Amino acid sequence: MSDKEIKNLEAIFEARIDRDEKIEPKDWMPEKYRQTHIRQISQHAHSEIVGMLPEGNWITRAPSLRRKAALLAKVQDEAGHGLYLYSAAETLGISRNELYEQLHSGKAKYSSIFNYPTISWADIGAIGWLVDGAAIINQVALCTTSFGPYARAMVRICKEESFHQRQGYEIMLTLCKGTAEQKAMAQDALNRWWWPSLMMFGPRDEESPHTAQSMKWKLKRKTNDELRQQFVDQTIPQADILGITVPDPNLKWNEAKGQYDFGEIDWDEFWQVVKGHGPCNKERMEARVGAWEEGTWVRDAAMVYAEKQANKKVAQAS
Amino acid sequence: MKKDWPLWEVFVRSKNGLEHRHFGSLHAADAEMALENARDVYTRRNEGVSIWVVESKYITASNPADNGELFEPAKDKVYRHPTFYHLPDEVKHM
Ligand SMILES: [Fe+2]
Ligand SMILES: [Fe+2]
Repeated sequence: MSDKEIKNLEAIFEARIDRDEKIEPKDWMPEKYRQTHIRQISQHAHSEIVGMLPEGNWITRAPSLRRKAALLAKVQDEAGHGLYLYSAAETLGISRNELYEQLHSGKAKYSSIFNYPTISWADIGAIGWLVDGAAIINQVALCTTSFGPYARAMVRICKEESFHQRQGYEIMLTLCKGTAEQKAMAQDALNRWWWPSLMMFGPRDEESPHTAQSMKWKLKRKTNDELRQQFVDQTIPQADILGITVPDPNLKWNEAKGQYDFGEIDWDEFWQVVKGHGPCNKERMEARVGAWEEGTWVRDAAMVYAEKQANKKVAQAS
Repeated sequence: MKKDWPLWEVFVRSKNGLEHRHFGSLHAADAEMALENARDVYTRRNEGVSIWVVESKYITASNPADNGELFEPAKDKVYRHPTFYHLPDEVKHM
């Protein structure tokens, strides 16, 4: 194809997105659109899958059968989210194995929040409330994104997320209404999860060079800082109801702006964790790579069994 | 050996009286496993009463590049629609 033809196709493509038309996998798309989507969708899928690890840590130690059933269902949902997203990414012409390979080799990233440890039961409450809460804000915006399979996966995911956040908040509420020791656990969890949750919205707008392009393709509807502000504004009143406080001495209601002012994120910590030096990066990757490698014989055996059964059917028919 | 699990497309009937609708895809070694996985991945909240799975490679899809010749011709066949025909208002039940 000549440069002129490609320019022409690109113009038609951009016009379709401007008209809010969805792009489907077999449609012509600029190579950059394809690559950006593979990167973002797979990064999102990896986050769902790695995200099962910190919470999975508490399934066997949940304090009641009710909590255990809920946590198990939530973690299973996250597996489902990962699978919806992997298949959406695969429609762009990359295989599931390549996607796993990118995760296992460290080439692909996942959300840094999952590199923090879950050291008490209250962390499970804080994750549902804050981490799923932040994820919902990011994901709702993506339900109307331009790539059809991604948008459809997001609609399913958003429907399932609200239970995640509510079960987390209910855990926090129960702890905060409990003994002084239980309430202290809740406060401690909030202290540790607050800043990493704010980091989930990514670098500040001026440090986020892809924002303009992502806005154009509707991969983003609001900037990182706008979404972060929305999260702070909706979460602080929820903390007030719990009777615990976020670890930010600079947090203050700004009457004129009608929103909260808040302190600066420790960006050194953010970049350290992104680069692989968070408290649990190594442990998370070992768990994923281990699961994949130790599962090899099961996957192979299932394939051999499937072929054997298929051959049997052919033999019987003849 | 070292064959990867193939890709399957999943179709779910959400309740009797409705058609099966494409829900997504998944990997499985065989049809039986594809059904089991589809049940876990796509129907955790009573989304369905019946599941179809078909290996993706058996689906033949039209090419969007052919959309013009495939679908444009229907656009000027307005006489396929009831509003094309002019009848007096007195004619009822039609
Ligand atoms: Fe999720
Ligand atoms: Fe979730």
